[in-house]
This record gives sequence, structure tokens and C-alpha cells, in this order.
Amino acid sequence: MQLQQMYQEIILDHYKNPHHRGLRDPYEAEVHHVNPTCGDEVTVRVHLEGEGADAKVVDVSYDGQGCSISQASTSVLTDLVIGRTVGDAFGTLDVFVELMQGRGKIEPDEDVLEDAVAFAGVAKYPARVKCALLGWMAFKDAVARVVDGDGA
Amino acid sequence: MTTTAAPLDVAALKADFPILARTVREGKRLVYLDSGATSQRPRQVLDFERQYVETANAAVHRGAHQLAEEATDLYEDAREKIANFVGAGVDEIVFTKNATESINLVAYAFGNAAFSDDPAARRFVLGPGDEIVVTEMEHHANLLPWQQLAQRTGATLKWFSVTEEGRLDLSELDDVITPRTKVVAFTHQSNVLGTVNPVSVLVAKAQSVGALTVLDACQSVPHGPVDFRALGVDFAAFSGHKMLGPSGIGVLYGRFELLNAMPPFITGGSMIEQVFMDRSTFAPPPQRFEAGVPNTSQAIGLGAAVDYLRLLGMDRVAAHEHELTGAALAGLQEIPGVRIVGPTENVDRGSAVSFVVEGVHAHDAGQVLDSLGIEVRVGHHCAWPLHRKLDAAATVRATFYVYNDLADVQALLDGVRETQRFFGVNA
Ligand SMILES: Cc1ncc(COP(=O)(O)O)c(C=O)c1O
Repeated sequence: MQLQQMYQEIILDHYKNPHHRGLRDPYEAEVHHVNPTCGDEVTVRVHLEGEGADAKVVDVSYDGQGCSISQASTSVLTDLVIGRTVGDAFGTLDVFVELMQGRGKIEPDEDVLEDAVAFAGVAKYPARVKCALLGWMAFKDAVARVVDGDGA
Repeated sequence: MTTTAAPLDVAALKADFPILARTVREGKRLVYLDSGATSQRPRQVLDFERQYVETANAAVHRGAHQLAEEATDLYEDAREKIANFVGAGVDEIVFTKNATESINLVAYAFGNAAFSDDPAARRFVLGPGDEIVVTEMEHHANLLPWQQLAQRTGATLKWFSVTEEGRLDLSELDDVITPRTKVVAFTHQSNVLGTVNPVSVLVAKAQSVGALTVLDACQSVPHGPVDFRALGVDFAAFSGHKMLGPSGIGVLYGRFELLNAMPPFITGGSMIEQVFMDRSTFAPPPQRFEAGVPNTSQAIGLGAAVDYLRLLGMDRVAAHEHELTGAALAGLQEIPGVRIVGPTENVDRGSAVSFVVEGVHAHDAGQVLDSLGIEVRVGHHCAWPLHRKLDAAATVRATFYVYNDLADVQALLDGVRETQRFFGVNA
């Protein structure tokens, strides 16, 4: 039963039918992140319009290979941040990171996290938390590079 | 392999391993298939170590009181047991913290040779034009130290590639090992593929060009009879925690003549002969390479692990693992959609069985197995270039040891089928 808690339908759906997958133009920054313990990897591109925290996340595109958790969480990420401001996106990211680092003891806020609440069960498995955060950390890194001005 | 000896009595010896009695993940029987990463410890090892700490604990090779004497004797007894176990002289066994440190010790000593004022050390000096040879199937522990040494010295790193079947491509023998080769470092048994490499072929070729050989024996010494002198290697490394012993203790074997000519890696107390404010001379091996107070109870515990393995008989250990490996290979090949990464034939291969379940990432497969109490390793197992070469981003790896039995193999096979069912592939 534990297994079903971890592999929620939402996760398996995103894994089998990922949203916004593929690398697209235009973009201001591209990053490549790997999980050194398992070799999972993801390349993330971000396309922003505007400045600072009010900049709009116009597109997030990605490619990668890895387990269902890392791939599905990247797919969920794109749903949650595309069309939002950088400030809003980072707010959601903070809530997601907190959930994942909560050892399964935090009640997820569905209003903020939407499909990402499905990862609450993953937080009980410390070895898999990195998988769930792989795409999110890449996104954060990519946005920071645009904001700090060394995109490519 | 001996035919006279009775097979291992696994049911009886399991009782020596307290951890095997626990359950995992809500009451599941623990099926421990990750001994390739680290093995479990029998009571005999724990008791011996505890007895030392409770009765004779002291800093070895320092001080003249009774405890120091007894501790030093126990520590040196362990060295002797281990030396006998791997066909080495007692002065040819250096204690380290693990195999990784053992290999680094050799690589750094070679690097330090360039700065030694001892002419004997010159034979280890590497520079531009010299070549270091490794293989594509190395654990990172036997790859990075050589990459780094090549970078520091300007030597060139070369390697044997691995065939699709997971064997070394020896058709390249004469191209890879040449008169420029100074070091050939390779694994005895791959921790991913299970492949046992032809040590004699590589040693003969290395010797013919005057190159030194370094054997990564991490996955061979725990699993069968190994005799370093008979193998003819110059150096070898292995870890205590993979052979029923404690963590924090590793071994470097080196031919005495070489150790004696080699400069130290780590310097400090206990490895000296004479010390002045501006210079020092060093103790003979093995002390030269054991600076500081060593992991004493761990070394003593490893001696007890060797006693335990000797009682089992390494021929019987090897025969037992051979049987389990054969059953795992046969069973996995019967499951459609499972690809074994490594030799499928149970010949010249040890008990590491790595595989891919098509359509299911190794991490996800490992999670299903874990939910059933089956503890395997998932990922690249510290052999990333090998995984890249064999086109597997990550694999599931089962490794078998003395306390595993056919029921464990069956649990693995059932678990793989359950994995496929759970993720809806090949069901
Ligand atoms: C073949 C091989 N070499 C080297 C090592 C490194 O051993 P340790 O981590 O104990 O230093 C291992 C184990 O992880 C191994 O399997």
C-alpha cells in the first residue's frame, strides 16, 4: 500500500504523458542538472519577459532521462510556473521544497501546489527527494542565471 | 572448486547475522541483496571487536604498557591473518580506511616519487609520454585516482573498452599496453557486470613492458580464494566492509620490494624512523604507510571476519555464490523485458547481477523491490562510464553472499515480475 501512496495516479500520468516536454526556442538560459547518485539528468530552458520578480515565465521547456519521480515532477513544475511571474513561481517552489523536505509530515496545500500535492508521499523516502527536486532546482538555477545576467 | 566439501549450511550461518532477523517496510522479511555495496557482519566479528575494546583497548605501536602491548599484538595478529588469507607476506599488508584510500595511497605515492630524494623512488615517477592504463569497467575508486595522477604528472590515461557482453576487449591488448605503459590498474571482478577479468593475461602483458599492476580486489577477495602472489600483481586493494568485516578498514597489498622503495602518502606519527626539525626519515613498510593511530578495532574485527570466512571455506563460498548466480541469471532471462547488463553465461563471473527492466527506470524498480523487503542497489553503482558505454542510464543490481539462498533469488524474480505488473509493462 505504501507503494500506491508514493506512485499516485497523477505522478504516473505525468510520467507517461509529460506536459511541455522538449526543448524550445526562444530562451534566455539553459541549464543541465544531474543527480550524481543515480545519473538522472535534465536540461531546462527558461524564456522570461520583463525584469526581476515581476518578469513573466513565458515558457519552460526541458528534456531529460530519469525515474518516474524526477520526470513527472518536472512536468508538474511546468504546469505550475508557465504564465506566472518569477516571484509567484519561486513562491510555489519554496512551498514544494518545504513539502519535499518535510519527511512526509507536512500537509500539502492543494491551492498552491495543485498536481504537485501528489508528491507528498515521496517525501517519506529521503533517497527519492532529490529525484523530485531535480527539475525544480534546474528551473531555479536557470531563472537565476537570467536575472543575474549570465544566461548561456 | 572442491567437490569434496559439503555445501554451505546457509540456514545455520544465517543465525550468526543478527540483522537478518529484522523485518523491513511493514513486516517484510529482509532479503538483503546489496552485499556488493556492503556486507552484513556476523556475531563472531562483533564479539571479537567488542572483546578487544573491553579488554585491551590502547594506542597501537605507541607506549610500552601492558595494554599497548596486547593491543599491538592483536592488531598485528589481524595483519598476519589477512596476509595468509590473500597469499601475502605480513609486511606486504598495509591497513587503510577502505579500498578507495588504498588505491589513492598508491597513486599519491607515485606522484610523490617525483619529489623524493631517495633514488629508489625514481622507478615510480611518471611524466609526459608515460601511459597509465585502466578499463572502462572500473569503479570510480579505480578510475579517478589515475585520472588525477595523469593530470598531475602529464602522463596519458588509456583504457580497455568493454564488449557488449560485458567482457574486456582484449583484441586491443597490444594497442593499449605499450612500452610507454607504466601502470595498469584494473578490477579483478566488476562490481556491476560480475565479470571476472583474466588477471594472468593482463599481468603477463604488463610485465612484458615493465609496467606495474594494481588490482582492485574489492569484489574478489570476499567471494572466493585469492592469492596475490600467485596472481603476480604488484599492488591490490580491498575493503573490510564487503567481506563480513567492519567499515573503516581497508587493505593495500604491495610487493615488499615496491613498498620499500615507495615514498609515503600520508605523513605524521607512527610512520617515522627519525625526525628533525627540518627533515625526517621513514619507517619501513607497512608502518611507513600507516600514519596516525589506525582504525584498530576495525582491523582486529577484519581479522575475525577472515577467521569466519576461512571456517566457511572460500571454495565453498565461491561454489555457493556460483549456484545462486546461475539461478538468478536463468530466472531473469525467462522474464520478457528484462535485460541483463553483463555476461549471461555463468562463466568467469561472480555474483553481481545487474539488469534493466524495460520501461521501468531502475529507481522505480528498486522502489517496488524495496516495498517487498528486497534490498538491491539502483543507479550506476559508481561506474558511470561503464553504464554510458552499455547504454544503460541506471541499472538494478543484486549481489549474493554467504547468507543468501535460493529463496532470496526467487524473491528477486517474483519482485521483478511484480515491478512489471505495477508499472504495467510486459504483464
Ligand atoms: C570494484 C570496487 N572497487 C572499489 C570500491 C570502493 O570500495 P570502498 O568504497 O570501500 O573504498 C568498490 C565498492 O564500492 C567496488 O565494488
